[in-house]
Amino acid sequence: MGTWELGGRQITSRLITGTGGATSLDVMSKVLKSSGSQVTTVAMRRVGGYALGGGSLLDIIRAAGAEILPNTAGCHTAAEALLTARLAREALETDWVKLEVVADDITLLPDPVELLDTARKLVADGFTVLPYTNDDPVLALHLERAGCAAVMPLGAPIGSGLGIRNPHNIAMICEQASVPVILDAGIGTASDAALAMELGCDGVLVASAITRAADPEAMATAMRLGVEAGRAAREAGRIERRWHAAIPSSPVAGRITP
Amino acid sequence: MMNVTINGEPREVPAGTTVEQLVRQVTSQDKGIAAALNGEVLPHRAWSTHALADRDQVEVVTAVQGG
Repeated sequence: MGTWELGGRQITSRLITGTGGATSLDVMSKVLKSSGSQVTTVAMRRVGGYALGGGSLLDIIRAAGAEILPNTAGCHTAAEALLTARLAREALETDWVKLEVVADDITLLPDPVELLDTARKLVADGFTVLPYTNDDPVLALHLERAGCAAVMPLGAPIGSGLGIRNPHNIAMICEQASVPVILDAGIGTASDAALAMELGCDGVLVASAITRAADPEAMATAMRLGVEAGRAAREAGRIERRWHAAIPSSPVAGRITP
Repeated sequence: MMNVTINGEPREVPAGTTVEQLVRQVTSQDKGIAAALNGEVLPHRAWSTHALADRDQVEVVTAVQGG
């Protein structure tokens, strides 16, 4: 399967998981194991009042051998995201951050202006910045030039399960990027994850589609296989699309004529 | 006495109260937490020596499920 580099680390799994949505820490533990994920996200929130957080969540992630990737979910401005990222670095002793700066709480779409501004500031502050971004090839390039360690375009809005709404844009982002591209948000099922890899993504981030599935542990396995299949197909080189059956797969010569 | 807030909730504390003492009013968790004082991260090592001032705002956060 080979390794790839993300934020200066060599990892083998191309499926990054999110811990949001799991109904218990036991489910989360099983999901981490069956997904094979080596990187998983957490959010930062005020202590108290959150049963599924704190030390026990971190213990489960570490026991699974996964890298902790704190996010800035819920932030709408550069100031909020900067403080959240700095708190995460202090609490979790990592300079990795999944940068989320969203425009509103209905669509959760990234705010491109605040996002780019925050990315520049976090890079200058020594963070390894993995930004959740729109499926905009131009913005992806700006983020790369700002020094981000990867770009993470959405396939569709967070938690929508709508798959990849603009495959052409995702392919364009992959074509021009010289940092890893991770499809983030919108995945609904394993074929969506496979498509992301076939389009040229280096990895896929899945949260809700696993944790909110009827059987999260089984879906984690399906996503792992989907990512592996998509990656393998990308490397194998698919056939060209044709309008008609231009080349029969069986020989033309030697056919019988009754 | 001084009026401060921790995680958005007002508290009345004696003069000389440290950040560490205020944080311990809301959590016993030791690892995986961080605090901000008036919008800036205050490193863990400074909590026990940093005395609060009137109207200080403290946020204490930890990792929760998300993303």
